[in-house]
Order: sequence, then C-alpha cells, then structure tokens
Amino acid sequence: MKKIEDILKERILILDGAMGTMIQRHKLEEEDFRGERFKSHSHLLKGNNDLLSITRPDIIKDIHAQYFEAGADIAETNTFSGTTIAQADYHLEHIVYELNFESAKIAKEVAVEFTKREPDKPRFVAGAVGPTNRTLSISPNVNDPGYRAVTFDQLKVAYKEQVKGLMDGGADLLLVETIFDTLNAKAALFGIQELFDEEGRSLPIMVSGTITDASGRTLSGQTTEAFLISVSHVPLLSVGLNCALGAKQLRPYLQILNEHAPFFVSAYPNAGLPNEFGQYDEGPDEMGTQIDEFLKEGLVNILGGCCGTTPAHIKVIAELAKKYKPRQVNSPWSTVH
Amino acid sequence: MSKEIPDNSSLLSINHSLSTMDNRPLKLSGLEAVTVSPASNFVNIGERTNVTGSAKFLKLIKEDKFDEALSVALDQVRGGAQVIDVNMDEGMLDSEAAMVRFLNLMASEPEISRIPVMVDSSKWEVIEAGLKCLQGKSIVNSISLKAGEEEFLRQAKLVKRYGAATVVMAFDEVGQADTYQRRIDICKRAYDILTQKINFPPQDIIFDPNIFPVATGIDEHKNYALDFFKATRWIRTNLPHAHVSGGVSNVSFSFRGNQLVREAMHSVFLYHAIKEGMDMGIVNPAMLAVYDDIPKDLLERVEDVLLNRREDATERLLEFAETVKGSAKKKEQDDEWRKGTVEERLTHSLVKGVIEFIEADIEEVRHKFDKPLHVIEGPLMNGMNVVGDLFGAGKMFLPQVVKSARVMKKAVAYLTPFLEEEKIRSGQVGKPAAKILMATVKGDVHDIGKNIVGVVLSCNNYDVVDLGVMVPTEKIIEAAKREKVDIIGLSGLITPSLDEMVHVAKEMEREGMVLPLLIGGATTSRIHTAVKIDPVYSGPVVHVLDASRSVPVASEFINPDTRGAFKARVKDEYIKLRSEHEGRQQAKNYISLLEARKNKVKINWNNTFISKPSFLGKKVLVNYPLEEIAKYIDWTPFFQTWMLFGRYPDIFKDEKVGVEAQKLFDDAQVMLRRIIAGRKLSANGVLAFYPANSTETDDVQLYAKDGLNQLATLHFLRQQNKKAKDLPNFCLSDFVAPQSSGKEDYIGIFAVTTGIGLEKLVDEARAKQDDYAEIMAKALADRLAEAFAELLHARVRKEYWGYAANEYLTAEEMIKETYQGIRPAPGYPACPDHTEKKTIFELLDAEKEVGITLTESFAMFPTAAVSGYYFSHYESKYFGLGKIEKDQVAEYAQRKGMGLEEMERWLSPNLAY
Repeated sequence: MKKIEDILKERILILDGAMGTMIQRHKLEEEDFRGERFKSHSHLLKGNNDLLSITRPDIIKDIHAQYFEAGADIAETNTFSGTTIAQADYHLEHIVYELNFESAKIAKEVAVEFTKREPDKPRFVAGAVGPTNRTLSISPNVNDPGYRAVTFDQLKVAYKEQVKGLMDGGADLLLVETIFDTLNAKAALFGIQELFDEEGRSLPIMVSGTITDASGRTLSGQTTEAFLISVSHVPLLSVGLNCALGAKQLRPYLQILNEHAPFFVSAYPNAGLPNEFGQYDEGPDEMGTQIDEFLKEGLVNILGGCCGTTPAHIKVIAELAKKYKPRQVNSPWSTVH
Repeated sequence: MSKEIPDNSSLLSINHSLSTMDNRPLKLSGLEAVTVSPASNFVNIGERTNVTGSAKFLKLIKEDKFDEALSVALDQVRGGAQVIDVNMDEGMLDSEAAMVRFLNLMASEPEISRIPVMVDSSKWEVIEAGLKCLQGKSIVNSISLKAGEEEFLRQAKLVKRYGAATVVMAFDEVGQADTYQRRIDICKRAYDILTQKINFPPQDIIFDPNIFPVATGIDEHKNYALDFFKATRWIRTNLPHAHVSGGVSNVSFSFRGNQLVREAMHSVFLYHAIKEGMDMGIVNPAMLAVYDDIPKDLLERVEDVLLNRREDATERLLEFAETVKGSAKKKEQDDEWRKGTVEERLTHSLVKGVIEFIEADIEEVRHKFDKPLHVIEGPLMNGMNVVGDLFGAGKMFLPQVVKSARVMKKAVAYLTPFLEEEKIRSGQVGKPAAKILMATVKGDVHDIGKNIVGVVLSCNNYDVVDLGVMVPTEKIIEAAKREKVDIIGLSGLITPSLDEMVHVAKEMEREGMVLPLLIGGATTSRIHTAVKIDPVYSGPVVHVLDASRSVPVASEFINPDTRGAFKARVKDEYIKLRSEHEGRQQAKNYISLLEARKNKVKINWNNTFISKPSFLGKKVLVNYPLEEIAKYIDWTPFFQTWMLFGRYPDIFKDEKVGVEAQKLFDDAQVMLRRIIAGRKLSANGVLAFYPANSTETDDVQLYAKDGLNQLATLHFLRQQNKKAKDLPNFCLSDFVAPQSSGKEDYIGIFAVTTGIGLEKLVDEARAKQDDYAEIMAKALADRLAEAFAELLHARVRKEYWGYAANEYLTAEEMIKETYQGIRPAPGYPACPDHTEKKTIFELLDAEKEVGITLTESFAMFPTAAVSGYYFSHYESKYFGLGKIEKDQVAEYAQRKGMGLEEMERWLSPNLAY
C-alpha cells in the first residue's frame, strides 16, 4: 500500500463527516447504549456515543461504510471521548483501552474491505483523540484563576492509554482534534511521543485546532499562528482546523495555516453555524460552494466535515476535490519523519 | 502582533550586518506569535519578574501577593518586553510551586500571556514544572554541559518534547567559558551534540556566551567584552540558525552605584554586541542610556574598556566615574533650617539625625524652661514623636531612626548634670516612662535585633532596661521585679532559643506574673509563639515581627484603656492559630524512615569522579587579610539587618528606601575602611578534610588520613514528608559516596570568625552613646564572617579541595550560589541539629585554633562566626529538612547516644508529632 505522505502529494484526501449526527438518526435509547454487557451499570450511559463501538458495533461499522461509500479516504474512529478523563462522567474509566481498541478494530475492518474493493483508493483509519472535558490553561473557578482541574501529567497519562488502544486496534494515523486548549494538545502529543518511544514504532500524526469565534482565537486565547507554532515541535503529517465554524468562517484562518504551516493542511468545518435550535442546517451543496473557495485558493490537502455533516456532504466535497490540485508544502525540512 | 518599541528604539533598532535572510527563524508564541529573524529587531527580554533580580518582585512573591506580582509582569509587557523571563530561584521559596502558580495566573491575563515566556531556573525540576503550564512555545533558561553530556541530552530532549526553545550557557564540565576559545569550543560542541544526536532544531538554540564584568582591575578580565563580541560573531557565522543572548547588566558590575557609567556601558555594549549578531538579551530598559546621548568623552572611555583599546582603559574610566560620582555628591550645604526657632531646629536635628548643633541648641533652649526635665518632656519628646510617627508611617527608615536616637542620647547626656542638680535641689523625680526589659535568652549571644528594638522603643519614650545576652531565666525574673518593669521582651536567633523562651514563660507563670511578654528574633514566629509559648503563660504573649511593630504593640499594653481588649484579642487569635495548626498537622503526609531511605537521592557513584583534596587533616588561617574578605561581602542581608528591603545594588534605585540605603552604605564603607586599615577585627579560620563514606543509616563516617581508622561520625537527618513522584527524600549523607560503593569519598568541615576585636569596637561606640556605630560594627562583622565563609568556600572549590579548579563566577553568581557543592551548617534547614557543631568543633579544635567557643545552646561566640560542612558532589544542594517522625528521632537519638527526650528537645521545631 502506498504511504499516505506520498498520496497526499498527488491528491486531496477526504476525511469523513460527523459521527454524532449519524448516530442521532438511530434515535437510540438507554438500553441500546447499555447492551447486554452494561445492563446493570450503576450510571446512565445514554449519550456515551463511544460506548456504541462495544455495544452496537453494527451501527458504527455501518456509518464508517456509508462515509467510505460517499468517497472518504480516511475514517475517524468513534473515540472522541475515549479517555479516562472523559469517560469518568459515565464511570467507565476501566474500559478505555478496550473501547479504543475495539473502535479502531471495527473501523479498520471496514477500511480493509473497501481497500480490497478499490485498491487504487486505499482507505485509512485515523484514531480520533478528543480534547477531554477539562482544560490545562483555563481555571474552571472564576474566583481562583490560578486553579486547574487537571494536570499536564494526568492528561498525558490518559492520552497515552487511549492512544495505546488505538494503535493496538489497528489505526493507521492519529488525529488529535478539536483542540480548544493548546496545552491539552501538547500533553497529548507528549504522551504520544513517549508511547512511540516505548513501543518502538510510530504513526503519522494529524493535529486539528478549533477557532471558537470571529476573534480568530482558540478558546485558550491563541491566534491561529500562535497555535501553529505551539504544536510545530512535533513532526506532524498535517495541521488543520475543525469544528465551531462553518466553511465560510474558517477560510481566513486556513489562509494563515496555508502561509505558515510546514505540514500538510487539513480542514473539516461544521455544516455552517448552528441555527436557533442548535442544529446545523447548511446543506451539502451550500457547503460545497464554500469549500470550492478553499480549493480554488489551494489552501488544503485534507478535507472533510465536522458537526452536522453527513455522507451527502462528504459526497459533494469528494467530487469537488477531485477537480483540484492539492496545496503545495513549501518547507521541505519538516516533512522528514 | 502589535510590536511596542521601547523608548530606546534608536539603539535597539540597529540592524545587524548578517545579510542572508534566514529561512529558519526562531518562532515563539504566547497567545500571539513572535518570530525572531534577521529582519526583526533585537528581542528585549523582560527581567523584572525574576526574584533574583528584583527585590520588589521577590517581596511580593514571598508575601504571597501574586496579584500585585502580576502587575510587575504587566508593566514589563507594556514597557515593550517581547519575551518575559520568570525566575523563582530563591532559597526560602518553594520555587516549583511559585513558578506553577505564577504561570497559571499569568495565563489568565491575556495582556501578559500575549508574549512568550522564558522559564528561568537553575533547577531542572522547576523548569519542567513551568513548561507543563505553558501552551505557547517558550524558552528554557537554561541548559548546559555543566553536568556532562548525558544530562545535557536528557534535558534537551525534554525541551524539544515540551515544544520549547532553549538558552544554552557556555558552560561545560570544566566550568564557565571565559575566553574566546572556550566560548566557541563549548558552543560548537553543544551545537553539534544537539543538532546531530537528537535533531534539535538549530533555530531553537540560543547561546549565552557569558557576559562578565569588565574594568575589574584584573588583567585576565580585560578581554571579556571583546571576547564576547568575537564569540558572538563566530557563533552567528559558524553555527547556522542559532541565536545569541545574554544578561547585559553583568558587564558593568564593577561600577555598581554609578548609574551614569553603568547605563552608558550597557548601551555601548549592546551597540557592539548587536552589530556582531547578538539578537536577544535580558535588558532592563530603565538601565539603558540612549546611545546618542552618551557624552563623547564617556563614550570613548567606555569603548576603550569594552574593546580593550588601551592599557590604561580601566584607570581612565574609573577616573571619569569618580568625577561624575563626586559632582553628583557635592551638594550645597543647606543651612536654611538654622534660621528657624530653637524648637524647630531641635526637631530638625532629631529627624535628620544631625548631631553637630545639638549641644548648642540644648544649651539655648534650656534657659527657656524652668526645669531641665521639661526640655526632655517638651521639645525633645515632640521631636522624637515626629520621628516615631514618620517611622510608623514608613516614611523614615531604621538607620535614620537609629541616628535620631543618637542625637537624642547626646541631648539627654548634655542635660544629665542639670537634671541631677535639679533633683538635689527639689528632691523631685520626673514622671517615670513605661519600662521595658529586654534580654537575649540563655545560650544565645545574638543581639543586633534586640538592640534595634531597644533603640526604637527608647525613641518612643520607653525606658529600656537591657540585660544583654545569655540571660538566664532567674535573672530576667529578678530584674523584672526589681526594676518594676511594665513589659518583658525576649530575643533569640538560634532555634534552641525557642525552647528557652518557652522555659522563661513557664517560670513567669509559676511565679504568678502577669506582665506582657513580647517575643522576637529571627527564628521566632507567630505560629511558634501561638503553639508553644502562649499556652504555658496566662499573661499576654505577643510575637513581634520586627522593630517597627514593637512600638504599637508596647503602647497597646501600656495604655490602660486598651490593655484588656488587646490581650483578649491576641489570646483569641493565638487560639485560632493553634487549632488551624492542628488541623494542618493532621493533613500532612509523612512516610516511615525506612520508606524515606528507599527514596534517597540516587547518585550513580560508578560514574562519579571523586576529587581528592589537596591535603587531608587540618589547616589553620590566622589573621586572614580583611581586604580580601571584604570583596566577598553580600550586601543584601546587611540592608535587611537595617530593615531596608531590596536587593543590592538595585536597592539604591528603590523609590522608597534608595536614598537612605545609599547613605547607610556610604557610612558602612567608612567604617569598613576604618576596620580594615586599623586592623580592628581579625579574621581566623580553620578547615579540614577527611576521607569519608556514608552509612546505611544516614551517618557519615570520617576516617583518619590513612583512610582506615575511624575518626568520628557525623549524623544527619532525612526528610520524611511524602514527596511527589521523582523527588527524593533528601539527606545530606546522600551526597557522600556510601561504603557499599567501594569508593573513597571526602568531606570537609570548617569554622571561621571575623568577630575577634568586635567587643572593643562595641565598647567604644557605647562610650559615645552611639547605637548607630554599635549596630553598624556588629552588622559589618557578621557580613565579614559570611564573606570569609564564602571566600574560603571558593578557595576550597578551586584550590584546597580543587574539584572545580576552573570555576569563574561573578560576585552576583557567587551570591546566587551557582557553583558546585554546598556548605551547610548545623542549625540550618538541611541539618537543624545544633548539637552536631560539637563534633565539628572538637575535630577542628576550633576554640584553641581560632578562638570560637560554643554556648550551652551551641551558639557560636563571637557571633560573627560561621561553621559547617563541605560537600563537593555536583548533585549536592541545600534543602529544608521539614518535619520528621518519631521513628527517625528515636533512631537518631540512638545513633548519637543521646536520650530520646533530650533529642526531642533539640529537634523540637522539626517534630511532626
């Protein structure tokens, strides 16, 4: 199989769309989340989407398949909240390794199947590493700005455990995503590098930050360029932006990455901004029109969708991307892995 | 980012001459990005958020005023700093905790966290803790080859993994680079290791090739600046993409106190350094002249020095410095105040401490009053009240108050014959002032603080009965009754005195006394007073933090209207403190001695090269030249003695105390010269080295020169508090190779004094009622003793033991203790057991050899004395023992052959139970 670094020089790769949006369509209830195994678990589990990789793998596999069908090259594992820290809300810290292992495994099964079918378009699995629900740079207590609810080392350990499961389960890449606090991402990257050393093997790493609003900054206050500098010590496969904004609002910040990033650039925006009901209602064609702008400017190497996007959106994006050449990476030294 | 250009932009915007555009610039970030490339201007690193460089910042951190400390950071950013240096390296601080807290707070201030941080510490743990708080790309300050390549690589790898750039000091296993060749050799070696072995991005390396003081009068220093410039050029030419930085103020260290010359030197230095390629630097913008404004003659002389252009460059700059110093000092004698009324003149003399007119003015005013006593109660007391008020309001400082007291005493002395005459004539005695008894408790000989309190109280119309030092309890109680005092004040400096104070309080209780008891002195504390002294005495007990607090406390007790309420309030407060303390005690976590031993400092003795001292056994130094010792004086504690807080020499620029500090310093210089020229004090020292190994039970076994016969055993204590991961439970014996290593290691011991002759100086001052001179003499003797210990330690490192033969340190670095090895003293935090002094003194025969004796509490007499151990291992460091558990105390007592109870008494401040 060709290496992803080489394919990225030839064409734009397509990342899948939202997992949550697709799960919502199934209108699952508490018992679906529990399955047989967690029937008598002490806490409510509804809403713990990651758990479905164990209790309803059929649904998750089907979603991966739909995205691959729509033209995605890379599927993200169903592990956005797969750390001990995020799973603590459900008192399921003890299944974190298994959860990540299983999620990677089922995604990989679907990917292998599609690759077999279309050898010219190999499919990849990106192990998704979410931000957790705690922040290292911001105090949750307004009266004590120096307080922190979690430490760098705690996060590092939690991320390592997650990534170990993802690697063992067969992920081809790692995607540290939806970064609203760069220090959390640095802890994740630190843990990942430590794990690579311990395991004696490594995977390409993708990093994707989140610009929260029109201020152009992450939740922890960094500008796009500062964010880029803060994660550039790691030899990344790609750096990009996702979530919070629609394609249109994301464009100026992608321009900054395009200008400065010595890595491939990725983008997977939401389907527009949320409406008054908190739903994303930008349709596939509408979103496609916005994305066409990035493509014309040659801003990206990897494209996909975040909240509110569906296989229909991905299909449009994949079709559009075929017409354009990928962004050229200018700085040769940092793509050496 | 919006770049604010500092005022001295004309200087800082000089483009240096490297013409090729760097395609690998150094990129840093806070909330915003900063790029350092040939196109950018010199990067100004803010230095005021550094406890070692800013007295103000240190004070705020020590007092836990982190909010105000943040405003120091904010001022830096607003003042144009593009990177902010944060340093918390101070012995009395938990540097790691302070670093974490401050960085976390800074993160909540977007205006500050906008710019990148330079995490500055000599301790790697502190740097690492700091990096874990920073989302942006920071700079580590610093790493070096000092402890060898392995440690250097380990730290560099972590720097990279945390996503930071780093300052690399030109420092290797041999020492700090001080020549052109050593500078470039070390930088080249570090660069090659970093870029070749771990692929460290070369643009993230910032070399600090050491800025040293010039114009020191020492020939070898003449090329320091020039070598720095040349090394900078070489680095920028030969080590692609690397940067050069440095701490600029060091260069002018010889001219401290002379702002004009220093500011010019900084500017001229930067002008040349930037031209040669220095692109970052720690610069205090407030200490930088505008290059174009430097007078041509000064500029020429400064350049002569920096570029080593003429043989007599130093002399010529010194000459110039003298003239500007002289002209600044030559103030017109302002005699305007002599035209006021005699009462006004008296007040003026008292407030300003002017002694020359006092007798004439008293003579004049005496005739205006019926009785001489009225002169004291009237105009003199009025004047002293002004002094008291100003002091209370923080508008006068201790040295001034002591000078005021000197004037007051002289006035009273002049009046005394007339008072006696009056007494005989009328048989009347004046209304007695409130009486306060002061004493330094049994076993303790320290009295500077007590004397200061005495002076301050007498300035406020208290009659002070001073019983002196080493006063036994019976004598205190007897004198209190005989003199009918209103208050008793106890003082002490060493830890055993704490126990003695408890004893005094118990005895007072037994005697049924109810007098207020004031507690003061360096080791005393509010918490100790509340927990140990207050419960044993039913009368009022108050801890008095410093001399300035003595007057308000005393007056509360003297005034019958406030006495009762004040007592109730203090008792109440101490009860609360006690219960809080108990709560905290329970929360603390301790581990067993055995567990603590398992977590000792891990040193790989197989890889450790142990230097053999140049001699074994004893060496005595009698009448060591004082002028040599004086060069090693650390002046900062001297100012602390006088309650002027700030770091020398910056203290002279302090808005509040700067002027007084300068006057005090000038007076100190005069006395110091008198002491040195007149051989008023003699300095004696004795030191010894022995073959030594540590034992399994935290002792260090000393052997005779042959390395076989056991000579003595030194006993040490181990920390027992539960440590965070990777932090050892320290014990000093960890720094000596264990018997099991099979290696012969060594340990040194020493005792020095500069107090011989001090009594005579003190007597002279007392004869003249000159408290100022008395306190000054004692404070200087103390400083000289510390300086002698420092000097001897330097000679030990470089020569007598010789494990750091090539060390070069500036006086500033010496004070910061950046050297290898330590000299802890029994009774201090790492080894708080005073009784161990006995072993040292016996081995050295210190009483006979150098004339230092030990009191029953193991205080040294003369007080201007220092003793301790020498440890040479590079991992050895100072630490605080903290509290220990009974298992260790019991075992320790056994090891020492002492009873448990007696041991507990000596270690009482350290007991966790």
